[in-house]
Parts: sequence; C-alpha cells; structure tokens
Amino acid sequence: MKSTGIVTGIISNLVTVRIEGHVSQNEICYVKLGDERLMAEVIKVSGKNAFVQVYESTRGLKQGDTVEFEGHMLEVSLGPGLLSSCYDGLQNNLKTMSDVFLKRGEYTDPLDHEKKWQFIPIANVGDRVIAADWLGEVKEGWLPHKIMVPFAFKGEYTVKSIAGEGEYTIDDQIAVLTDAQGEDHKVTMVQKWPVKVAVGGYVEKPRPYRIMETGVRCIDTLNPIAEGGTGFIPGPFGCGKTVLQHAIAQQGDADIIVMAACGERANEVVEIFTEFPELIDPHTGRKLIERTTIICNTSNMPVAAREASVYTAMTICEYYRAMGMKALLLADSTSRWAQALREMSNRLEELPGADAFPVDLSAIISNFYSRAGIVSLHNGKTGSVTFIGTVSPAGGNMKEPVTESTKKAARCFYCLEQARADRKRYPAINPIESYSKYLEYPEIISYLNNKVNPDWVDKVNKAKNLVLRGKEVAEQINILGDDGVPVSYHEQYWKSELIDFVILQQDAFDKIDAITPMNRQEFMLTLVLEVCDHKFNFPSFEDCSAKYKEIINIMRQMNYSEFHGGAFNKYLEQVKNILSNEQ
Amino acid sequence: MSSNAFQRIYTQLESITKATVSLKAQGVSNDELATVAGRLSQVVKVKDGVVTLQVFSGTEGIPTDADVVFLGEPPALNVSDDLAGRFFNAYGEPIDGGPAVEGQRRHIGGPSVNPYKRKMPSELIPTGIAGIDLNNTLVSGQKIPFFADPDQPYNQVMAQVALRADVDKIILGGMGLSNDDYLYFKHEFEDAGALSKIISFVNTTDQPPVERLLIPDMALTAAEYFAVDKNEKVLVLLTDMTLYADALSIVSNRMDQIPSKDSMPGSLYSDLAKIYEKAVQLPDGGSITIIAVTTLNDGDITHAIPDNTGYITEGQLFLRHDTDTGKVIIDPFRSLSRLKQHVQGKKTREDHSQVMNASVRLYSDAQNAKTKLENGFDLSDYDLRCLEYAKEYATRLLSIDVNISTTEMLDTGWELFGKYFSKAETGIKQAMIDKYWKDNK
Repeated sequence: MKSTGIVTGIISNLVTVRIEGHVSQNEICYVKLGDERLMAEVIKVSGKNAFVQVYESTRGLKQGDTVEFEGHMLEVSLGPGLLSSCYDGLQNNLKTMSDVFLKRGEYTDPLDHEKKWQFIPIANVGDRVIAADWLGEVKEGWLPHKIMVPFAFKGEYTVKSIAGEGEYTIDDQIAVLTDAQGEDHKVTMVQKWPVKVAVGGYVEKPRPYRIMETGVRCIDTLNPIAEGGTGFIPGPFGCGKTVLQHAIAQQGDADIIVMAACGERANEVVEIFTEFPELIDPHTGRKLIERTTIICNTSNMPVAAREASVYTAMTICEYYRAMGMKALLLADSTSRWAQALREMSNRLEELPGADAFPVDLSAIISNFYSRAGIVSLHNGKTGSVTFIGTVSPAGGNMKEPVTESTKKAARCFYCLEQARADRKRYPAINPIESYSKYLEYPEIISYLNNKVNPDWVDKVNKAKNLVLRGKEVAEQINILGDDGVPVSYHEQYWKSELIDFVILQQDAFDKIDAITPMNRQEFMLTLVLEVCDHKFNFPSFEDCSAKYKEIINIMRQMNYSEFHGGAFNKYLEQVKNILSNEQ
Repeated sequence: MSSNAFQRIYTQLESITKATVSLKAQGVSNDELATVAGRLSQVVKVKDGVVTLQVFSGTEGIPTDADVVFLGEPPALNVSDDLAGRFFNAYGEPIDGGPAVEGQRRHIGGPSVNPYKRKMPSELIPTGIAGIDLNNTLVSGQKIPFFADPDQPYNQVMAQVALRADVDKIILGGMGLSNDDYLYFKHEFEDAGALSKIISFVNTTDQPPVERLLIPDMALTAAEYFAVDKNEKVLVLLTDMTLYADALSIVSNRMDQIPSKDSMPGSLYSDLAKIYEKAVQLPDGGSITIIAVTTLNDGDITHAIPDNTGYITEGQLFLRHDTDTGKVIIDPFRSLSRLKQHVQGKKTREDHSQVMNASVRLYSDAQNAKTKLENGFDLSDYDLRCLEYAKEYATRLLSIDVNISTTEMLDTGWELFGKYFSKAETGIKQAMIDKYWKDNK
C-alpha cells in the first residue's frame, strides 16, 4: 500500500506534507495539482510532517492538495539506448517532448521500448551468477553493451534459462534466474537503480595506476589525470571553463562520456547538440554523439533537479563501468549544484555554514567524488569512471566553500586564472598553482616512464621548475628594468615563455593543435627541453628575446602542422639549424 | 484585476511586517495575487492554514482589520498586438492614459524553453558602435549586460543600440528608473518615430522597490508573445538589474532568510538565470535578445550581482571612461561576447577576427608602454607608435559615439595599422595582409 499525504505548507518549492502511513527519507512522491502530477523528494521527516522538495514550480499549489508516495528513491532506468540521449536531471528524455516549452508535470520515458536490439548470450544455463555479472551483450552503436544481473539482486543466483541469439526489445525477458530459496526472477535488458546510492558489483577499487589522455597538453604533460581519477577546474567567468570541458569531451580517451550541464547556460548545451553529431571521435573515427550522453539541467530549469542531475550522470557512468568500460563524467558546474543545496537548506531553516552553504557541503562533495574510480570486476576485467567537475567560485575567489571543499575531494586541480585569460593565453590553466596528486603515485610514475619515455616524469618536473623560475625572474625584470638585470635572467625568462607558448598554450579551435596525442606531447616537450638546455651566448637581452621569439614562432607553426608531416619536418629542421649554428 | 462575484473577504490579519502580512485563509494557492486594503500582494508562503502575503507597495498604514481579497491567479498580462506602442507599470496597467489592453491572459514567469528545441544563435545584430560590432559582436538570441558605473551614460548607449538594431519589437523593462531617465527613453523613442514597435514596462524610483520584481517577467511575457506566437525578432532592454537584485535582497531579508555573499539571497543565481535564460533563438525564426544594465560599485565585478550575472550571461560590455581621450569607450579587454565567433567572418567580412585581434593586441601593447612610461623607463620607437595608435583607436573605434558600418570599421582598422605599424608588427595572416593592407605612412 502506498502512503499518502495532504499538503499543509508551501514555501517556494519546499512543501510540507502531513503523512498517512510511513515514508522513507529521499522517497519519491507526486504532488497532485489538478491534472498535473509534480514529482518531489522527501528531504526531512518530523513527526507526522514530511518536508518534500518539488522538482517543478509549485505555482497554484494549495493546502489540502493530495500527495502520493512511491515507495522508492529517485531512480534511473539503465539499459541500451542511453548513449546519444539527451535527458533532463530526472532522466526525462528531452528529445521526445513535443512542446517548445517544458511542460510542468510532463515526464517522458528515458529509453525506447519499441526498438529491437540484437542480443548475444554470454552466460549459460546452470551458471552461478551474482549482481553485475554479464548475462549477454547487445551492440549499442559500436560499443558492446552488457546485459547484467540487476545490481539490486542480492546473493547468488543460478541461470535457469537464457534467451538465444536474436532480436529483443528492452522489456523482453532475456533470462530467468533462480535464487538460493529456489524462487525464479525474470530479467530484462533494463533495470532501475537509485541515483544517490553508489553502484557496487565489483571486487575492489585499487589506486588508479594509469593515465587517461585528454589531448590537452597542460593536463596530460604537466598534470595528468589518472583513469578512474578525479579532477576539478575552478575559474572565474570568461576564463574558458566550458571550452576546456568541451575540448576534453571531444578528445578524452574514454569509451563513453556523460556530460552533465548542471545549472549552466542553455546555449552551451545547444552547441553540443549541434556540433557533436558532426564531430568525429579521434580514437575510433565514429561520431562523437554516439558515445555521449547529455544530462542537461540548465540554469533556468527547476533548481531541485540540479542536484539530481549530477547523481543521474554518475549512475549512468557507473552502469557502463560495470560493463568493463572507461567512462568519463564531466560536470559543469558543481557550484550550481551546491547553490541548489544552499537554497533548500535555507528554506528548511537549518543553521548555515560558511557563506550560508549547508554545513555538510564538504561531506556531500567528497562523497560524490568518491564514486569515481577504477574497479576490478568479478570476471577479472577492469572498468573506470573518471570525473572532472568545474567549479565557479564566487567573485573568482578560490577561498570560497565550494572550491575549498572540492579541493579536499579531488586529486587534480586545474586552476583557471583571470590574468592568463586576459592575456589570451588559453587554456588559461595556471601552470604553477595547478597540480596532479597522481604524479606522486609510484604506480603512475612507472606507468608513465614505461609508456611515454623512461625519463618522462623527470622531464615534466624539469619543465615545471623552468616555468616557476621564469615567473620569479619576470618579477625581478619588472622591478629592475630590462637593463637592470643580467642577460641570464632574460634567458631564464624566455625559457619559461617557450614552454608557455609551445606546450601550455593550445588552440582549441584549430583542428590539429586542439588534439595532441601523448607521443606527440613527448616529442615536443623533449624538443623544448633541448632548446632550454642549449647554451646560447647572447651578447644582450635584445638578442636573447629576438632568438627565442624566432624559435617560439617556428615551434608554434609545428603545433599547427601535421605530426611528422612535410611542414612539421621543415620547421623541425629550422629549430635544429638554430641549435647547431649557435654552437 | 477584476473582482468576481461571491469572493470571500478576510478581515483579520494575524501579523504585519514591513513587507508582508499573514492571515488565516483557506483554499489559497501558491503565487496567487490578492489585495490587502486595496494594495496588490502575492502569496509567498502557506503554513498550517496561515497565508503570508508580500505586499508590493509596502505595509505602511495597513490596519489589522484590512480587507483581504484573493484574486485566484498569479500575476498575468493580457497579450495581443495592441501592446505595441504602450507604456505600463509593473502590474501591466497602462500609464500612458490609454485603454487597458485586450487579449489573451498569460501568467508571467512561465516555463522555460526545452533546451533541445533551441537553435544556435547565428544572426548578427549591428549597432554601429565599433566597440560592440567589431570587438564584441551581438547575436540575436544572446543575453548580455552592460557593466557600468552609475555615472556612465549606459541608458543612452542602450537606447541608441535599441533604435539602431534591426528588430521587430523593442521591449523596455525599466526598474528603478529615475523620472528623468524614463522621460529620456520616452522622448528618444518618440523622436525616432519608433514608438509603434516599442513596449515599455516601467517602475520609477518614486515607486515601491519591491514592485520592480515584476518588471522583467512582465517584459519577457510580452516578448515571448511576439517571439513565439508571431515569430518576431524581439529585443528586451532591462535597466537596471542591480536595482532588481537589491529588491530581491530586501524581500529575502524581510522574510528572515539567511543572506549569502554581499547580503544577497542564496537564490540570486537562479533568480537572475530565470530572467536571462529567456533569451532564445526559436526554431521558427523568432528570437528574444536581452541587453541589460548592471551598475557596478566603482568597477568592482567581484560583487555578487555582477559576478552571478557574468556566470549567466553570454559576455558583458564594459563601459569605461578613457582618460587619454576623454571619451566613454567600450573596454576591449574586459568586454566579451561569447557568441561572436558564430557571426564574425561568417556574416561579416572574412578579415573580421584578424583585424579585431590585432587591434586589441596592439592596444594592449600601448597599455604596457603606458605602464613603462609611468614607471620611468625609456620608451622604444615601437612604444611611442603604440601610444599614438591607442589614442586614435580609442577615438575612432572604441568610443561609444561612433556610428559606422562593420565594413567601415574594418577599413578604419587597416588604415590605422598602415599608419602606425609595419605588416609584421600586426601579426596578421599573410593572405589577409596581401588583400587588405593600406600603406599610408
């Protein structure tokens, strides 16, 4: 029997309900308003009163309106067809909505129930299976989409029957599993899972031990993110957070990408809809949209669903991880989600923490980041969820609660800087402030040294030191004047400029420069360091800046040319000539 | 605001604060309008049979036995083509002496456009001002504010932009306008003979601040009628959004909400986004473009209002007084149009982005030279040329009193390059130099 209730209080989207029967925390309910049913979630219970946050506008709601509780938490449907979809924060399919305007109380099915999928069984009758074990496979685009024992199944089951190879809809029965008590359970291709609960179904979650390439040099070379790792990108407005995230989404070396546009501009999502169906995934040659799911809860959509949107996105990633895939989750921006928490905490009249955010903000954020990770599955395969979130610090101040809480939770920090953006040095990631904790992991160091170059990590650290030294001498040159310092200071400064222009800066709008594979990054960094190590004998600071400007110009042209192509080799020759002539 | 038969009238207020009254009432719906002693109010809270009403014009002089009549609907506007050419107050009532507008009644603050149904903005809105058209090109469906100190002529610039823009309707939402500024807009629109395509919703400084909260939604409801129902290109002007946000903080303060940064309500971002995100390019050709004004306190963009605005809008136009030329210019460094790449070189001449980037870069070199000069270092020949160039660039292109076509702006750019710099110093692609370079040293 479903519990019911009566509305007794309304403040914006916080509704108080007098309940008949029992409800659970975070249970979903529907508030009836005329013909419309508004979805809501229980966020607090006090005596006979449940406080629910409504995911829609509560305009017109009255005292005495009725509420029906659903007996489950906010769930998503998991099954083939998630990719290339565009959902709102509650997993309503935005594509199948008819009206230009979002209609209140209109909920659309996330998956296509008509479409037939070509199923190939993996498990055999008699197999002993547990939750998340693979029963079969369908091709979703080019990706092998595993049909698994539903995550909610507890204990061990025996496969009683399994469908043969053939075409099935997601609702067709594809297996019957018998539990320890001898009871039969039917399994289809679709299962439901509560978004706030992390998906398990793996043996262990080791420390990340390999790198996820993004094609962005100042990430991969300087501060790489591990596969299954976490990172965040804080930055004031206008510093290129979104451009950077789109770049990572386009080039990230992942099997599937989920983009959660959480409380951001609608036109940015439109850009993804418009461009991704045209763009090609550099790793597979397929259309980008085929590996992408978009969860879009833009700034003008109901605030309460913002929080749901990041959880929905994470759950979808975890689902694909259980299939042994590399999933990448990009959330823009987690600050908007924190603000949604703040609004609700405020309406609940909770005692506020810093900047009126709820006191448990930090715990909520680290709990969410901890859902990322690389895992070993029961069948020995690995899968991963890598998570990169952006943060929009109020007033560009990195000391605000969301940035600080995220800094505790995320292992990579990509600090976007106003000053770099003003000077049009994109991506505006500050090379000195930013860090990747993964570079300290011995397993990552040996992975990089094996995969890229035996001295790779030493080279990276050397480049970082040069950038830091360059910044220090630049300050001295500014104070003392060009003539007031020795030429060696200028040389030091120009070395850092060389690294800045050739390695750090990258043109996200240029076809070739936008994507730099790891072997090319290795080649360029080695060449840059060769120049830095070269002993020039500059008589004056003008000679120094002129020579370095010349080298920078040539090497930038290299970045714009096809790797080891004719033009590239011609420029390479020019650099080599400069180095040999100067000896 | 008509009264229906058999309306129940309540006459017993339980509590009165500066902005709200509370009373026991039944069958009241959230967001519904009511009158309290004849003053318009709105339901903001319902709790255990007690309804709290926000009285827009304030509660001064309201007695505990005031008549309270619930009107049964949230704030609404009658929409039809008759809106054109009219002036209204925050409640959508005519203030120009004309008759009330007949038409379909629509609740203001309606639902959002499904992001999947939006189209990518791609149509240029020319303004004649080079600081905008050349450096920060506007696109239909965009939302962009002017960031300006209170002493700058932002309303004049906005009126100019509106009158030059090639749009079907212009809708003015004036919040806390001084009476002088209101009359200025009125005269400007009349003088331009453009009154028939202009609709104004105005709240002046002598009216209660909380009334302002209705203005943007009124203006945007009218805008949606013309853009969605009539497929027209609509330009919405909102001035001054800082005063709107101030009104928000007054209300939240009086409702005992815990303030966040700069004593603004925690929901400021969502409140502003709900307004700005109404800017849209619709699939059937209609569009809503929003140009707003956010006044700053001494250029401080880290304050919660401009900061949240910057995260929502697609760029900002920064007005600055240029001491070298004595003109008000559109600051090329701090201004940004996030959608400009969708039109530059596509709807304008091919050399657009190259000329824009080169001229801004040289202007920034001039700023460096200026710093050098101030610090007492020697200036090179290049520095001196940069300084000369900067003056002419500011006067002929950045100043807000410029009114030329985009092609003329590009030609002026090339003229200045040729006058002060060598081809290599501009760093422009060779193909463009070959085609457009003007040697007039």
